[in-house]
Amino acid sequence: MCLAIPGKVIEIISTKDSSPFFQFAVVEISSVRRKVNIELIKEEGVLPGDWVLVHVGFALEKISYQEAQEQLQMLSLLGEEKQFIEEIQGYRLGKEREDGPQDKEL
Amino acid sequence: MQFVDEFRNKELIQKTAQEIARRVDPKIQYRIMEVCGGHTFSIYRFGLHELLPPNIELIHGPGCPVCVLPMGRIDEGMSLANDDSVILTAFGDMMRVPGKKGSPLELKAKGRDIRMIYSPLDNLKLAIENRDKKIVFFAIGFETTAPSTALTLIQAKKLGIKNFFVFSNHVLIVPAIRAILDSPDMRIDGFIGPGHVSTVIGCQPYEFISKNYRKPIVISGFEPLDLLESILKIVQQLQEGRNEVENQYNRVVRWEGNRTALKVIQEVFELRPYFEWRGLGFISQSALKINKSYAQWDAEEHFQLNRIVLTDPKSSQCGEVLKGVLKPYQCKLFGKVCNPEHPVGALMVSSEGACAAYYQHTGRKEGITDSL
Amino acid sequence: MNSEQLGQQIELAHGSGGKSTYRLIRSAILPALKNPILESLSDAAVVDYGAGRIALTTDSFVVHPLMFSGGSIGKLAINGTVNDLAVSGAQPRAILLSLIVEAGLPMDVFLREIQAIAEASRIATVPVIGGDTKVVEHGKGDGLYITTTGLGIVDPKVNLSPQRIKPGDQVIVSGPIGDHGIAILLARGEIELEANLGSDSRPLWPLIKAMISVHPAAVKWMRDPTRGGVATALNELSREIKMGVVLFEEMIPLREEVRGACEILGLDPLHIACEGQFVAIVEKDLLLEILKELRKVPGGEEATHIGEIREQPAGVVLAVSSYGGSRRVDMLIGDPLPRIC
Repeated sequence: MCLAIPGKVIEIISTKDSSPFFQFAVVEISSVRRKVNIELIKEEGVLPGDWVLVHVGFALEKISYQEAQEQLQMLSLLGEEKQFIEEIQGYRLGKEREDGPQDKEL
Repeated sequence: MQFVDEFRNKELIQKTAQEIARRVDPKIQYRIMEVCGGHTFSIYRFGLHELLPPNIELIHGPGCPVCVLPMGRIDEGMSLANDDSVILTAFGDMMRVPGKKGSPLELKAKGRDIRMIYSPLDNLKLAIENRDKKIVFFAIGFETTAPSTALTLIQAKKLGIKNFFVFSNHVLIVPAIRAILDSPDMRIDGFIGPGHVSTVIGCQPYEFISKNYRKPIVISGFEPLDLLESILKIVQQLQEGRNEVENQYNRVVRWEGNRTALKVIQEVFELRPYFEWRGLGFISQSALKINKSYAQWDAEEHFQLNRIVLTDPKSSQCGEVLKGVLKPYQCKLFGKVCNPEHPVGALMVSSEGACAAYYQHTGRKEGITDSL
Repeated sequence: MNSEQLGQQIELAHGSGGKSTYRLIRSAILPALKNPILESLSDAAVVDYGAGRIALTTDSFVVHPLMFSGGSIGKLAINGTVNDLAVSGAQPRAILLSLIVEAGLPMDVFLREIQAIAEASRIATVPVIGGDTKVVEHGKGDGLYITTTGLGIVDPKVNLSPQRIKPGDQVIVSGPIGDHGIAILLARGEIELEANLGSDSRPLWPLIKAMISVHPAAVKWMRDPTRGGVATALNELSREIKMGVVLFEEMIPLREEVRGACEILGLDPLHIACEGQFVAIVEKDLLLEILKELRKVPGGEEATHIGEIREQPAGVVLAVSSYGGSRRVDMLIGDPLPRIC
């Protein structure tokens, strides 16, 4: 019911340039850029390179690279033997956690 | 596109669909409601229903903010545009929704100043640029959109903008789910939970569904893999006799939701004692009204709005479709008198309304005859 | 069809190029002016003349803003008309130009558009050989409206006719779709999106000439999918031939920017206007040959196979995905409006 699209934070716009109270960021969504209000996620901290979910010009939430990666790995293991999954999962997830920066291609 | 294309991966989609087929008990009919209109749209946009075993039946829920607005309420909002000092603004979704005297687009063609906006914040720009006009925002949306309206009002207050008003039609999804669960002809085994609403409210508000009604609900993302995985999780719960709130969309949705978003909703809005939903009737505490401290920006306070009560044509069966009793094409009006160009019932008005999604994206199986 | 089905008054949707336009033309205009040439409702009227055939077309341009990334109303007015001729298999030969100017239009804007017209006419190698200029009161026009009428000579070798289409024929497109519509949307500035994207407005004759000079008979139908986009053009075809048009979703060429803007705004790229692309139905056996020819021409490198004609579902355009899902692609209804939900 609510269209929201993932975008990557390109830069945080300094407060005095944009609005006296709100903070904005430039977000890139598939080569399209838009100024987006980041008030709702300011508390979590937003940095260039972070991925956020954009709805009506507002960033609703940050997107977790790690959770996305884990979900895709789980799905790729569907139908495999349970024990095998546990082994693979333990190995891969451990590894990704060490070197999985937010901004990596999935 | 990152965080999009990965979730449209062909191999994984096929694999997940196969796993669903492997898991289901062919003797059982699974009736699963996707609460959110965005999910309905995705299901048909990607043809996901065709990848599911025949005994999984998807029932399309009330999660379309445009569809659930009663026609009288639409006319009330639109009557504001008759005032020459008013610029009425609305999201693109609203522009084709018919009231009794036509849709916003039709009224605009007749010369009323009605403008489409993309973000609620656009209103403030309009208000500053048009000091001699009153900007009235016809606000719609569920919990996902309410924080953006709230923040816009907070900003208006801080900037001292006096010529901006909000006609609030923000509604809440949880009371609507409860109303559906309480409906005597309810026939649903599990729910696909609304992903983007849940970024704001979190997962906890759904616990009554598992505790009191013993149904599984899986909060889901909107890409093909998200929806298929959610359906798989519901099937697994049903097979194992579990009924839990699960979060499939945890790359975005936190269990506790977004605290800041909840706080700004709280600051600006209060619960209405009740609100009428098209197709579902009156539901208590299901909508948001602007509270006293922001009354100055409340269009309902500022303009003397006359309540307009209009009943939908008796022949339209939106309520039955919303509750999953009827499939869209089983409604008597579907595709014949009621189509996206000339919607009669609620569910045909927005492209994510169950009937419109059905009409636009399928149709060939049920032999829709086009009005042309 | 009676006036009740058409509505009480003309709405903007009647001019959007989608379903309402289609219905208005079919049920109000066509019956009144009935004749065999008009009935084909093709992009240009093809008339026998002497031993050959000529193509005639006319098109009015109302666009806001007048100037946008990649073009302006003047360039559009030339290319739009020469392309209507080109997709009818005709080499564009001459253009008539009619200007309706609103009093108050700054002179430099007017001169700029005349320059744009001159340049587009030079690039398309089609001269403007006559015209008309009218001025209307301030407030009664959007600055400038342009009508162009084009004359072309139909290549004697081509045989474009939907009646020749049969199941198994293939659908191709000359390049990425939706650039023009999205560029205009961005130029209006209402949605504050920024992208490095220009209108695709360009003359198509060089591409079409290359294709039909090698395999004239293999090309059965062509259209430049302007208002209403590829979806509307193919829906009109599928209804006319009573066959199904099946598109392969992942093969439809799209620029990242168009895809991004469509995802953000909830639009279907198949509904977005192109001003420099054509869709064509070609014979299966010569598909690869034709694509090879097209890709040799500058500007034709991205020509792609996007679908095929099937017996069923008759009268419907269907998009199928590689994983097995499918959706019906309807005509555009009204103008494309951004969605938030």
